[in-house]
Formats: sequence, structure tokens, C-alpha cells
Amino acid sequence: MEEKIITCINCPMGCRMTVSMENGEVRSVTGNTCKRGETYAKQECTMPLRMVTAVVPVDGSPMPLSVKTEKPIPKASIHDCMRALADVHPSLPIREKDVVLADVCGTGVNIIATRNLG
Amino acid sequence: MSEILHKQLVIIGGGPAGLAAAIAAWEDGIRNMVVLEREDTAGGILRQCIHNGFGLHRFGEELTGPEYAQRDIDRAAELGIPVQCSTTVLSLSRERQITCISPEFGLQVIEAEAVILAMGCRERPRGALGTPGTRCAGIYTAGTAQKFVNLEGLMPGKRVVILGSGDIGLIMARRMTLQGAKVLACVELMPYSSGLNRNIVQCLQDYDIPLYLSHTVTRIEGRDRLTGVEVSQVGPDRKVIPGTQMHFDCDTLLLSVGLIPENELSRGAGVELSPVTSGAEVDDSFETSIPGIYACGNVLHVHDLVDYVSEESFRAGHAAARRIQGSQRKEDLTVKVRDGSGVRGTVPQILKLRKDSEESVRLMFRPAAVYKNMACVVECGGEVLMRKRAMIFTPGEMAVMDLKPDMVRKINGDLLVRMEEA
Repeated sequence: MEEKIITCINCPMGCRMTVSMENGEVRSVTGNTCKRGETYAKQECTMPLRMVTAVVPVDGSPMPLSVKTEKPIPKASIHDCMRALADVHPSLPIREKDVVLADVCGTGVNIIATRNLG
Repeated sequence: MSEILHKQLVIIGGGPAGLAAAIAAWEDGIRNMVVLEREDTAGGILRQCIHNGFGLHRFGEELTGPEYAQRDIDRAAELGIPVQCSTTVLSLSRERQITCISPEFGLQVIEAEAVILAMGCRERPRGALGTPGTRCAGIYTAGTAQKFVNLEGLMPGKRVVILGSGDIGLIMARRMTLQGAKVLACVELMPYSSGLNRNIVQCLQDYDIPLYLSHTVTRIEGRDRLTGVEVSQVGPDRKVIPGTQMHFDCDTLLLSVGLIPENELSRGAGVELSPVTSGAEVDDSFETSIPGIYACGNVLHVHDLVDYVSEESFRAGHAAARRIQGSQRKEDLTVKVRDGSGVRGTVPQILKLRKDSEESVRLMFRPAAVYKNMACVVECGGEVLMRKRAMIFTPGEMAVMDLKPDMVRKINGDLLVRMEEA
């Protein structure tokens, strides 16, 4: 039995929850005040997900392009995602929602532009 | 000097507040208007807030700052609202005369029937803290660093300490880390962070950045460039505890120590400002102490969510349009709204009420501290009009009290907003 401490992010209460894990599965969640906390704690202990936002340089533009993952990606892939973005050099013009990098690091999630440029 | 231009409505600031106010007034039929924006594009501070989480209340989805801003920019363009960028307003008079300057039009003087102040806020700088040490390079407000990284693609440094744990500081801890810097610590004077739990977890804990609560920077070191900072613990009185110093070798210190509404223009016009919010004192139509001058968004009071800024600014835009069209309502009763125990900076400060009102009134304030299992009460002459219980109230989140029309009609004197045991 393994125990993890998770701070809930759903509201300012920030409940400190204790999650008991066994063989990678959640056995119990304690310390939460509401159901949302339990759901979050389970997700966070089995497959934590994060949105990633960043900027990438654009040839011919003094201003970089802001981008985001279309959906949250596994937390463990954040650094690989940033490394993959270092090799991306989109060219002008760019419209919001344009795909800058498809299927980043095999996550099945695209990285898209969050602004127009050029 | 050019001739004096005449406008029905001038909006100062093209961020989310100014754009929402402009859209509302245009939709009410005001056509002779202009939005004056200091930067070369509209959108305000949202342009550099590339993280997501904006717009959940208004659009039901989480947008990044640029995406949120673009929706209003597109709407304004679709309606044909003139937004004059690269234009700095130099002064505003009590008679609503605006002097502004831009490369394209030079010096302009505009007389307006109504003015909406939507200049936003600015960050508290190093000088406001009185931290001892040298005046070396490498000390930035978090928002300035955010502008460098996100809008100019420049990194301000490699080894970073962040003072203050407000949301901008937390967001920048993650941004700097993802862009390759080492963030050594986030230091907070108070025993709690004013940032969202989501940001504590996703911006600090995810990257193993320690958060030192009840600590502050007590020395800044470095001749030309910052070489390090000394951090010490503080007691419950916020005084430094001797002998608790830690040292961090760093080349960059980011400050995230609070925001102040930017009211130089308002002050110049003689608008009465609240010592609590540092913004104008307004009535429930967001009109300031000077008739025809309105204020909304972060220039009025610092908001936690842009969604509330937009909502408030739509109301201000509609109110300004009513004044211009001469359909302003005549009030039967004017009352004041006062902060009671545990409540800071309730806006609006004045209500102008009609006996037959069919409109609700929104009161917003910051709790003075963290309160668990307490209730917020709005009372009039000792009678409770509205009571809202919550598991938690925190200074980091605005508290909102929406008085329904039937409650509004019961008001017969000044209101008191306060916290009490649930």
C-alpha cells in the first residue's frame, strides 16, 4: 500500500487529500470535502493531465507565436512537449487554431496557435 | 495645435474592459465614439497572458489570454468600432476634455459627452517594498518578465527567485522553468498564498519549486547584475526573525507583490478615489464623482477574473449610452455601501435607486482574510437583505453578492456588507 498526498485544485478550500494506492490503482481517498475532490485525486494519481502553453519563434516576426495543446496531455510528457516545440519554426501568416505541431510526442494531441500573426 | 474634436463617447484603454464597454455602447446605438489604446494593438494585458483558464464563466470554456482578447477585438471590428492604437492620453479634465498624442494624428484634443476610464492596473514596483541592498540589474516585476518572455521572446535570466505568490508570480515560475530557467524559490510574506490552488499545484509543485510562506527577501546583492538574495522568515507581526536567513545565488528576482489601479488620469480630472480600492468611487451605473465619467475593469478595482471585468464593463457601456441618449433614470434614493468587519473595498460604493426598480445590483469585495465556514451579510438599517454562506472566503477571490430586484426594492438607507459566523 502506497500513500500520496494531493492538494485539491477545484476551489480555494484546497483540501489536502490522502490517496491510498495499490498496484497502481486507487483504493481510497480521504480528506476531501466534496465529490469533485475525489474525482480529481483519482485522476491525479493515475493519469495526471496538464494543458501546456508556450511561445515559439517565428521566422520574419519579431514577436513569437503563442501556442497551446488542444487538450490536456499527460503531465509526464510536458518536458518532451517543450523539447519538441524547440524544433518548430512556423512561418507567416498564422491564424488562431492553425496546427503548429500535430500529435505532439505521440499523445494524439495537436499544438495549435492561440493568436493571429502576420 | 489641431481643432477640438467632438465625440459622444471616448473610452480610454483597449483591453477587455474598454472593448466590452465600447461594444455595449455601440449595441445601444452610440456611433460617434473612439477607443484610445496606448499599445500598438488592442487586447490589453491579456495579450501577454498566454496561459489558459480565462473565460469559463463568460464563454463556458477555458481560453488563453490572447484567445479571450481576440473575441472582443473581432466583435469590435465586426461592429466597426474605431480603436485608435499607439495613442497615449496625456490628460483628462473635469469637463471631459481629453488631450492625447499619437504618431499618426499628433496632438489631439477631444471633447466627449461621456468618458469611460478603462486603463487597467499596474504592478507594485520594487520601490514600494523598501528592501535593502544594491540597485543592480536583474529585478523585474513579474508582468514585465511576462512581457519579455511571451511577447518579445526574450529571457530575463537563468536563476530566478520570485517574491510574492500572487497568480502572476506563480504563472511566471512555470513559464521561466519551461523556457529553461531554474526557479529556486517562491517567497511569500503572508502565512498563505493569495494565488489559486490550481497555480500552486500546477506552477510550483509540478516543477518542485519550494514555496516559503511567512518569508521575505531581506537583502539584494550584486554590483552591476543581481548575484543573490537573502531570504528570512517573518513572525506573525510580519517582522523579520533575526538568524533565519537563507541565501540564494540568482541573477533574477521577480516581484509579484500586488496590483494598483492606474488612476493618474482620473486623479488629474479630480475623480474621487477610494483609499481602499485605489480606484474611483462609483455608483451602480459605474459613474464616478464627476458626471459623465465612468470607470470599469481593473482601473476601478483589481479583479480576479477577466469574466467579471467584461460583465462590469458591459454595464458601464450601457450606462454611458443611456446618459448620452438622455434616457438616464432619475433616482428616488441615494445610499452608501459600507465595508463592515472582514470586508474590504466593496464596489459600487453608492447606489442610486428607484422605487420600482426591476434591476439587480451586484456588490463585489475582497474578504480581508481567509474565512472558513462563515457567511457574508448585506444589511440595511439592521435588517438582513441577503446572507450567503460559503465553506471558504479568501482575499485572492472576489466575493460577489447579487441583490435581486425584490431585495433592492427593500433598501431604504445605507448598506453594510460584513462577514459573520455561519
